[in-house]
Amino acid sequence: MWTDWLVLLYGWFFQPFVDYGFMRRALVACLAIGAACGPIGTILVLRRMSLAGDAIAHAVLPGAAVGFIFFGLSLPAMSIGSFVAAALMALLAAAVTRWTAQKEDASFASFYLITLALGVMLIATSGSKVDLLHFLFGSVLAIDGPSLLLIAGASSFTLLGLAIIWRPLIVECFDPIFLRSVGGRGALVHQLFMLMVVLTLVSAFQALGTLMAVGLLMLPATAARFWCAGVVTRALLAAGMGALSGAAGLLISYHANVPSGPAIVLFAGGLYVLSLCFGTRDSLRMIWFPASQHKEA
Amino acid sequence: MSKNMAIRLPPDVIEIHNLTLAYQGHPAVHHVTGRFLPGSLTAIVGPNGAGKSTLLGALSGQLQAAEGSIHFGLGSKSVLAYLPQQSSIDREFPVRVLDVVLLGAWRELKSFSRVSDLMRSRATEALAAVGLVGFERRFIGELSVGQLQRVLFARLLMQDASIILLDEPFNALDTRTAEDLLQVVLTWHREARTVIAVLHDMNMVRAHFPQTLLLAREVIAWGDSAQTLATENLARARQTSEYWDERAPWCARPSGAGAVR
Repeated sequence: MWTDWLVLLYGWFFQPFVDYGFMRRALVACLAIGAACGPIGTILVLRRMSLAGDAIAHAVLPGAAVGFIFFGLSLPAMSIGSFVAAALMALLAAAVTRWTAQKEDASFASFYLITLALGVMLIATSGSKVDLLHFLFGSVLAIDGPSLLLIAGASSFTLLGLAIIWRPLIVECFDPIFLRSVGGRGALVHQLFMLMVVLTLVSAFQALGTLMAVGLLMLPATAARFWCAGVVTRALLAAGMGALSGAAGLLISYHANVPSGPAIVLFAGGLYVLSLCFGTRDSLRMIWFPASQHKEA
Repeated sequence: MSKNMAIRLPPDVIEIHNLTLAYQGHPAVHHVTGRFLPGSLTAIVGPNGAGKSTLLGALSGQLQAAEGSIHFGLGSKSVLAYLPQQSSIDREFPVRVLDVVLLGAWRELKSFSRVSDLMRSRATEALAAVGLVGFERRFIGELSVGQLQRVLFARLLMQDASIILLDEPFNALDTRTAEDLLQVVLTWHREARTVIAVLHDMNMVRAHFPQTLLLAREVIAWGDSAQTLATENLARARQTSEYWDERAPWCARPSGAGAVR
């Protein structure tokens, strides 16, 4: 009977969210994070800065540690600490790239390694029993009302800010010398963008932890590349894939009783592998089985 | 913000006074003095490493002078357009041809202004003028090197600048593309814009460019093309060493009265 199927589907997809508040909060958090991560990740991929997200995520650690040492397990303190530390690291790395001849990847690598070591040192010497794993992997199911507000606020701020700097940001990515020659503030736009990357990662860090957050930032963006050509369509698809990964990962974690962070990122990873194999642009399918016909012109 | 297109101001004389441009203390352009007259069409020629691109970069405002100064007329800030060598563009970036051309209107568009119908029709006209009818919706990654250069010329047309700086604009182009784009340059000259182009093709310079600056770190000759490109000048330009001497003494030439940073 089809009504049985309906009940089953309801049980699978809706019951967990209807029954449990923590699942609802986790879902909203994942949707917000996914929506912000899509466009940010897309630009990072286009700028060939895919690994910068990883570097920034590591720089979150000392900030969160300082917040924890002085204020205990307080979410605002740890978030502000994370944001300050990661923003400082990103701005310093970007500034060194602008001022010196060092390439962006090299300066990011240098600064994130310093901040990471600093973070581990701080946590080790603080003498507290804070669990390092909590920093690294987060806990999306433990998100409360205030954290949810923080995540949604950060995502909204990021999307609004991105809308404001969108046009100069795209030109800065594509032809920076042109932007400079017509008096555009390319350096400023780039710095603002880096701040948004940091903000997105700090808000994702609440839910997924510093390491898993980068997964939701980059995987949908790298996957979307195999389907769409335009920047905007890629960003939209990436945002959609991010949100879908969040929802699907939560359900998998609920039904299969596995940790939620890795489940979300693994689902995003599955979408990436699918796109890589079967996408409509430059995918393995297109390369291995090229169209046998070609047009006249 | 005004929806009208910017009114093109007449170009002014560009005065270069005792200009030195240096990388890590080594001069790439050394004590250059001279002027580009309004509406002139000048070729900058010289051997590799002669500082041609560096001088153009300084004229476009991208580089800081180590010494000396560049003055654009008597304060009226004429609009300047600069086309660097192609390597600075990310060719894989997914933007469409029409959007690239529309960027030429950046001074009116900035971050937020809407693209008007007038701008759109001007961009289409510019594309037609460089021989790219029907290319509007293409991505730049799908273009050949020659087609991309045509697109960048269409963007220059869109910029409607009174001073136009071109860095090796005909490099790696086939004869027909180079010929078409040269016609665009000559049209700019007829419209009394100041055009300065770094070039390698001496025959093209002799045939079409009235003025030439022969540069080999220093000015070898600057003026009428036929005289500038005389055999003895070219021989002198070739003799200049490309290489830096780490043990070179500090340059003791006087910076000259009135040199401003």
